[in-house]
Amino acid sequence: MRSLNTTKPKTRLSNSNLLFMIAGIIFVLMYGFALISYPGSFMQFQTFFDLFNLNSALFIVTLGLCVVMIAGGIDISVGAVCGLVTMACAMLLQSTMGSIWGALLLALGIGTAFGVLHGFLIAYLEIQPFIITLGGMFLAQGLLTTLHKDPINVTMPAFVSLRNFTIEIPWLGTVNRLGYFIPCEIKPGVIVVVVLVIIFAVLMKWSRFGRNVYAVGGNSESARMLGINVKRTMFFSYVISGLAAGISGFVFLMTTGAGNIGNGALFEMKAIASNVIGGILLNGGVGNLLGAPIGTLTLLTINELIRAAGVQSNLQAIVSGLLLYVFIVLQSIVMSLRGRRKFRLALPSWLKPQQLQDDKKIDN
Amino acid sequence: MLRLKAYVNRLSHLFLPLSVLALLIIINLIKGADYFSITMVNGAFYGNIPNILFGASELVILSIGMTLVTAASRGQDISIGEIGAITSATFVLYVLNAGNVTVWTILVGFLISCVVGIIIGAFNGTLVSVFKVQPMVATLILFLGGRSIAFMIDGKVSPILANEISNKIGTVIPGIPIQTPIILTAVFIAIVAVVLKTTNLRLYVESVGINPSAVRLNGIDPKKIIFLTFLIMGVCSAVAGFIAVNKAGRHDSVNILKFIMMDAILAVALGGNSLAGGKFSISGSIIGAYTIEMLNRTLLRLEVNPEAIKSFKAVFIIILMVIASPVVRVLVGKVLDRIKTFYSDRQTDGLNNAAVSITGATGKKEE
Repeated sequence: MRSLNTTKPKTRLSNSNLLFMIAGIIFVLMYGFALISYPGSFMQFQTFFDLFNLNSALFIVTLGLCVVMIAGGIDISVGAVCGLVTMACAMLLQSTMGSIWGALLLALGIGTAFGVLHGFLIAYLEIQPFIITLGGMFLAQGLLTTLHKDPINVTMPAFVSLRNFTIEIPWLGTVNRLGYFIPCEIKPGVIVVVVLVIIFAVLMKWSRFGRNVYAVGGNSESARMLGINVKRTMFFSYVISGLAAGISGFVFLMTTGAGNIGNGALFEMKAIASNVIGGILLNGGVGNLLGAPIGTLTLLTINELIRAAGVQSNLQAIVSGLLLYVFIVLQSIVMSLRGRRKFRLALPSWLKPQQLQDDKKIDN
Repeated sequence: MLRLKAYVNRLSHLFLPLSVLALLIIINLIKGADYFSITMVNGAFYGNIPNILFGASELVILSIGMTLVTAASRGQDISIGEIGAITSATFVLYVLNAGNVTVWTILVGFLISCVVGIIIGAFNGTLVSVFKVQPMVATLILFLGGRSIAFMIDGKVSPILANEISNKIGTVIPGIPIQTPIILTAVFIAIVAVVLKTTNLRLYVESVGINPSAVRLNGIDPKKIIFLTFLIMGVCSAVAGFIAVNKAGRHDSVNILKFIMMDAILAVALGGNSLAGGKFSISGSIIGAYTIEMLNRTLLRLEVNPEAIKSFKAVFIIILMVIASPVVRVLVGKVLDRIKTFYSDRQTDGLNNAAVSITGATGKKEE
């Protein structure tokens, strides 16, 4: 396919890739602007890595939500599930029979349970996803407050060592004012994020499931006529989202080391915003999975930039809202300019040209 | 008989909210038989029913707007609480700066807040109709930034509305036995009913929700209709903010109408409306909104642990949606058909199975 692309450079870019490119360019411009305006802080590699270190849970939630959004659904329970997992794991670790593997299993179990519940109700009983995941959100929040109301600080030695564990990159770093060389640090959560991004990208691009997700999100009726099991695809997209929420809860606990009611609050809104910036539309069927981490990075860079500018906290929310507005309008203008020339593609290019190519091969 | 059946069919969308309401009333009556008792305190009615009507007044108004937005734009507005916070902040700002507070001050302040609501609705509506952004994403902007704007309008304090008139609007006007928010809600519902009866709004909104391109070919601009529904949403939010701030007596921009959009969307869904647009029923949404308020109060009345209230609510919602889901409905219909054929089988003893199934099918068609 790539060789064909080089021989035929006029192959149209799909909407997914176009939106992804816009997201990438916006992120590069944003970070470039940050570098120029605040070279002191943004020039350091550690600042960039800290975006990952402190927000790895948000990245994972965004990835899971991305799959559901491409399949044309919505899952607003992710933040609450993430919070529930942190509290449940913290309680388990603080109890006498706590172990890290047990906590990990608990996190995966809670996430999968919520995913299976949502997936079954939405896919097989055909209930509106917004209401069901809203119910899931209430359920998770209620369970969270029922479990424990006060923050729990995990003091289990094995977990504390895991929390404090950092990977140093010896060849990257900064020299501080006293002349000491400080290497860059990466938390284990970042590795989880990277691994998950790779797994999800492979899953969405090369597996049958991923292609089914795009087809279902683009037009579920025609996907059904093509012989795709629409219900199973939707079911598994919600299971994946729930699983990602579970993992993100554990990673959240690994970053902060405490279970708290406020953990994961508003993650669902942040994740939706990141996905939209990353070019994944709520309509479904459009979006590149790599757009999810790019969108999250853009959102976090905006927040860091506003923080660095020293604007007061109320203006912060307004400014980030305005920037979101600019992105959304920009995307919409680009899409409409594109739609004016030719009919819009519902499927991504690597699905559509393949069939054309096959036809051509047969013709030849 | 046929006419009665047609009438029942027309009301079938109200089956879900009404049955839930009935269920809640039964639960409450089991808990205590004095549920419907109304007492007279200081010349006004108090009791469970007036309390529900009083508490749900903002939710009812917002769910009316949400129904229209959902029907036309096939998406939900999640910034309604924030719009209410901003509009009520401008109302409070005007009233506090006016000096001597008369009825006219309140009225002008209310109209100003309505205008602000329309402007914000126009902002959302432009994004949705002209730029073709999904409603949830478009309103996410104000959801994130709205409360901060309200806080800045307030001047970073939570101002207190200490005057006679807003106190009366929030509670009771002497001489009238019903609390004022209930009257305001009733007036609003009446206005909406008159507008829907006398104008083509319902037809246009429903047809835009069902098929925008067909509507465009018929000479109606779907953009204008969607824009209009967002303007109406802005007015609804302004009215709800007005009632909420007068009820509370002070403007707390952080907590006023917080997370009410979830309840409003839930009310729309409970009312038997599809969240994917199309046909809508305002009466269903109104009953749904009252049902939610009743559910909240029932859980409190049953002395559920306050920490667990949300999960009970969630379980209730999920069970409700499962019962109302199309698949379960079809399944129940099939089971009922089976039972019918089983009985007809018994009656027509001599016939074989195939004939019975045919008669069963024709009998079903006749129904």
